[in-house]
Amino acid sequence: MMRNSILQVVLFFVYILVQVLLLKNLVLFNTAFCFLYVAFILLLPVEMNNMLLMLIGFLFGFTIDIFYNSLGLHAMTLVLVAYLRNYWLATITPQGGYDVGTPPTLAANGLQWFLVYSLPLVFVHHFVLFFGEAASFSRFWFTMLKVITSLLFSATVMLLLQYLSLDRTRR
Amino acid sequence: MERLLKFLYEYRAFFTFLSLELFCVWMVIENNQYQSTTYFNTSNSIAASIISTSQNIREYFSLTDINNDLAVENSVLKKKLDQRNQLLYSIELNNLKDAAIINRFDYVSAKVINNSTQYYKNFVTINRGTNHGIQAGMAAISPRGAVGKVKSVSRNYAVLISLLNIDDQVSSQIKRTGHFGTVQWDGGDPLSIDLKFIPRHVKLQVGDTIITSGYNAVFPEGILIGTIKEFRLNEEAQFHTIKVKLSQDFGKLSFVEIVKSNLRQEQDSLEQKTIGEPK
Repeated sequence: MMRNSILQVVLFFVYILVQVLLLKNLVLFNTAFCFLYVAFILLLPVEMNNMLLMLIGFLFGFTIDIFYNSLGLHAMTLVLVAYLRNYWLATITPQGGYDVGTPPTLAANGLQWFLVYSLPLVFVHHFVLFFGEAASFSRFWFTMLKVITSLLFSATVMLLLQYLSLDRTRR
Repeated sequence: MERLLKFLYEYRAFFTFLSLELFCVWMVIENNQYQSTTYFNTSNSIAASIISTSQNIREYFSLTDINNDLAVENSVLKKKLDQRNQLLYSIELNNLKDAAIINRFDYVSAKVINNSTQYYKNFVTINRGTNHGIQAGMAAISPRGAVGKVKSVSRNYAVLISLLNIDDQVSSQIKRTGHFGTVQWDGGDPLSIDLKFIPRHVKLQVGDTIITSGYNAVFPEGILIGTIKEFRLNEEAQFHTIKVKLSQDFGKLSFVEIVKSNLRQEQDSLEQKTIGEPK
C-alpha cells in the first residue's frame, strides 16, 4: 500500500511535467487538445475516498492552471471529474465487482468497460473546460468542435498508453 | 443541532465538492480582471524557469527565423534613422530642446518564453519583470506590430494579455481614412482579428492599414496591427463587419518590446482630474 502511494505521488509529477512541457505544445488543427492528465484521476485506486479524490483533483488542477495562465479553470473541472468518478464507478460495476486495491484500468476490466468508464468523464471534463474558458455559449459550435476533437485526441492517447502498460503486465 | 451536524456529515462529500467548486469559480472570475496581481500564473518564478528551460531547447530549431527577423528589422530601422536624420537636417530641428517629449517612450526588449494561440484566452510570458521596470498596463509590441499589454508581473517575469484574447479590446484607426474603431479577437483563426464599430458610410478597401489610435490608454499611436482582409456590409447593420489580417504571426513570436511611457502618468492624472475615473 505504501509503495503504491509513493508511486502515485511520482505519477502526479510525471503527469504534470508531461502535460506542461510536451502536450501543452501539441495542438492538432488548432482545435484538438490533449488533456491526458485526466487519466491520473481516472486511474487512482477504485476504493479511494471521495473527499481525498477531490482534494487531489484540486491540487492537480491548480498546478496545471499555473502553467496554463487560467487560474481556477482546470481545478474546477478536475474537482468535478473527481466528484463524479466514484458515483460513475459504482453505477457501472462489472459483474464480479472490482479487485480491491487496483486501479480501474483496461487491463483489469476490458476495453468495452474502460470506454464506458472513461469517455463520459473525459467528455464532461472537456465540455466544462472549453465552455468555462469561453465563458459563454456564443461560440457554441466552434467550442463544441473543440470539445469533440479534443475528446478523440485525449481518449486515443489514453487508450494507447493503456495498451502499452497492458503489454508490460502480460510479460 | 445534532441532526444538523449529522446531515452535514452525511453529505460531507457534496459540501466539500460545493465549496471547492465555489472557490474555483471565484478564482476564475478574479483572474479575468485586467492587471490582476496574482502570483499563480507563468510569471511565478518556479513555473517560469521550467518553461524557460524548455523554451531554450525549442528555440534552437527556430534560430534561423529569429535571425532573419532581426536582420530585417535592423535594416528597416537603419533606413528610418537615415530618413529621419535627413529630415531633421532639412528643417533644422537638430536642436530640439524639450527632452521630455523626445524621451517620451522607453523600450525594454524581452524574450518570449511561453505563448499560445489556440485558446480563447491566450497569454504571452516574457523574461522581464519589475526588476527591469515593467509594470502592469504597459504595451508590448514586436517589430511586426502590436502584441498585447502587461497583465501581471513578478520580479523577473511578466504575463501579457495577447491580442488573441477574446477579452482584449484595443482602440484602433484606419490609417487611410482616419476613422476609429476597436479590434477584438473572435476566438477562431489566430491569423485574423475583427475590427468593429466602423460606421457604414466609410468607404473601405481591401488592404487598408489598421494602426493603434492615440485614444488608446495602452499603446503608443500608430503601431501597426494589420491590413483589411475582407469586409462585408449587412443590409441593416450599423457597422461594417471587417476581418483584419494580423501583421504579426503570433505563432512565431520570439522577441517583444515593452513600451514604457514616461509621460503616461501625467496624461492619466490630468485626464482623471477632468474626465473622472477611466472605465
